[in-house]
Amino acid sequence: MTTATEAAGQPVTRSKMQISKTDVAIDVIGMNKWYADFHVLRDIDLKVMRGERIVIAGPSGSGKSTLIRCINRLEEHQQGQIIVNGTELTNDLKRIDEVRREVGMVFQHFNLFPHLTILQNLTLAPIWVRGIPKAEAEATAMHYLNRVKIPEQAHKFPGQLSGGQQQRVAIARSLCMQPKIMLFDEPTSALDPEMVKEVLEVMISLAEEGMTMICVTHEMGFARQVANRVIFMDQGQIIEQNEPEAFFSNPQHERTKLFLSQILH
Amino acid sequence: MTDISFVRSEMTGASPAPNPTSGPIVWVRKNLFATPSDTLLTLLGLAFLAWIVPPLYGFLIGRAVPPGGTVEQCRVENVGACWAYIASELDFFVYGFYPAVEYWRVNIVFAMLALLIIPLAMPKAPYKRLNAILFIIVFPIASVILLSGGIFGLRYVPTEQWGGLMVTLIISVVGICLSLPLGIILALGRQSSMPIIKSICVAFIELIRAVPLITILFMASIMLPLFMPAGVTVDKFLRALVGVTLFSSAYMAEVVRGGMQAIGRGQYEAAAALGLSYWKRMGFIILPQALKHVIPGIVNSFIALFKDTSLVYIVGMKDLLEAVKTKNDAIEWASPTQAITGYIFAAAVFWMFCFSMSRYSQFMERRLNTGHKR
Repeated sequence: MTTATEAAGQPVTRSKMQISKTDVAIDVIGMNKWYADFHVLRDIDLKVMRGERIVIAGPSGSGKSTLIRCINRLEEHQQGQIIVNGTELTNDLKRIDEVRREVGMVFQHFNLFPHLTILQNLTLAPIWVRGIPKAEAEATAMHYLNRVKIPEQAHKFPGQLSGGQQQRVAIARSLCMQPKIMLFDEPTSALDPEMVKEVLEVMISLAEEGMTMICVTHEMGFARQVANRVIFMDQGQIIEQNEPEAFFSNPQHERTKLFLSQILH
Repeated sequence: MTDISFVRSEMTGASPAPNPTSGPIVWVRKNLFATPSDTLLTLLGLAFLAWIVPPLYGFLIGRAVPPGGTVEQCRVENVGACWAYIASELDFFVYGFYPAVEYWRVNIVFAMLALLIIPLAMPKAPYKRLNAILFIIVFPIASVILLSGGIFGLRYVPTEQWGGLMVTLIISVVGICLSLPLGIILALGRQSSMPIIKSICVAFIELIRAVPLITILFMASIMLPLFMPAGVTVDKFLRALVGVTLFSSAYMAEVVRGGMQAIGRGQYEAAAALGLSYWKRMGFIILPQALKHVIPGIVNSFIALFKDTSLVYIVGMKDLLEAVKTKNDAIEWASPTQAITGYIFAAAVFWMFCFSMSRYSQFMERRLNTGHKR
């Protein structure tokens, strides 16, 4: 499983990847969530400091995606607190919009807007949410398209791009809002094997610039290289968390050992 | 030892297809005479055309009395269509009882409609915003002033005197322009998470859809005045207009809702995750895609509305069809083919408008296809 990131061939620069000691980016306190009677998330406590790179792993149905989707309120929690950038998420739509403006999200299935060109996909939110003038928004968009190495696709429609390119556009679309936090929901799971690398490279470079990020992913190579913390979830709860080195070489919980033995071979 | 191992040393280049694959002869052979049964069907089809076309030609053109002919010509035995009748009564078919000296006012409205709607419908035409403002705000006001009169020295023409194609066009243009936005609002309301708004929209849609248009028009013309305070009257024409629009918007709402359900949850989530507010999510992301999906359904409703306008005869309005029906009984043109010619004319006019809408919608569908269906 480590091949994809190692193939990226570049050593990860850890110099800028500084973690703040005092600045809390996300604080989840005693959070519980139910789907009707089904208890999907149980007593989640998670404090993410500014600059942290967290990988969440776990079997399917363990609540990983649901957890990060609660952080920008795509899902509602029923108990406990979620505080993002100092704003607590409640039913107040204003607060929700405030949080969403500062938190970028990348989805498994890209979710680009198929009726808009790549450039329009990138400039829509900056123009209509942040009120940035069109010319400026387009300049920013081209900057991020350059960063994800597909400036030449700016005037195409998403349907004309490969999966890897679409996912890079999706990352660029989030970055155009200049978010303080990035959430990745299995960003490489829907990609052809040959395209995983190009997406991971972009994510690595983001981490190197000190972006606070939470990634739900099965790319254990990425976790080893980039994460400062790996969280393992099962049955809606956090089972174990540790630094990647210790997490992979010396898992403590039986469930973690079983999981790792299944995916690392 | 079997040869399992293989390594390609040279890539094969693309080469042309062996036979010509296009051209008229290839087309005929492929589509008309590919198999014996195809050939048989082609021959049967040709025989049917040979049977139907000559008599039709004879009736519509060969034995027909052209415009400018006399009623006597129309009364000979075995005569074809009496186009002279249509030509001589054309004014009534277009304007109804509108005073002849004031026809210019209607003509200006027709001209404005054409001048505004054609560039609006052409994607490449410039000044879209100005065009839309003129069409949505200036045009309706100018039309009401011109058609109705009563100010600026224009003679007052009550709606009882309006008729013919003019009434058909006014009701359908107003109905089409108002029912789409109303339908969108109803569809959004029906999807709303706010229970009161949702119930109101559901109740409205289900009530209006479950009742025939005739009933609504009757209600509007007979029942409504009973509920109005004494002395307050709402114009009969206006009531019919409102009835047709509300009826159509209920159908439109369900068409639009169908389109919205075809949009994946991911689109809603991506738009939300970017911090777009509800109206911006709907306006920029969901509705443009949803409406594109249901262009055929929307145009279906438009066409139905256009033809349903003829039901306003129920409340005493003379639309195109009713105007034709009225003149079909006119003694001065009494002749064997008078009525059938009248109906053919009305059908042709309806067909022309509906077919144009249909072709335009197909054009838009092709244009809006951004190739995301892979």
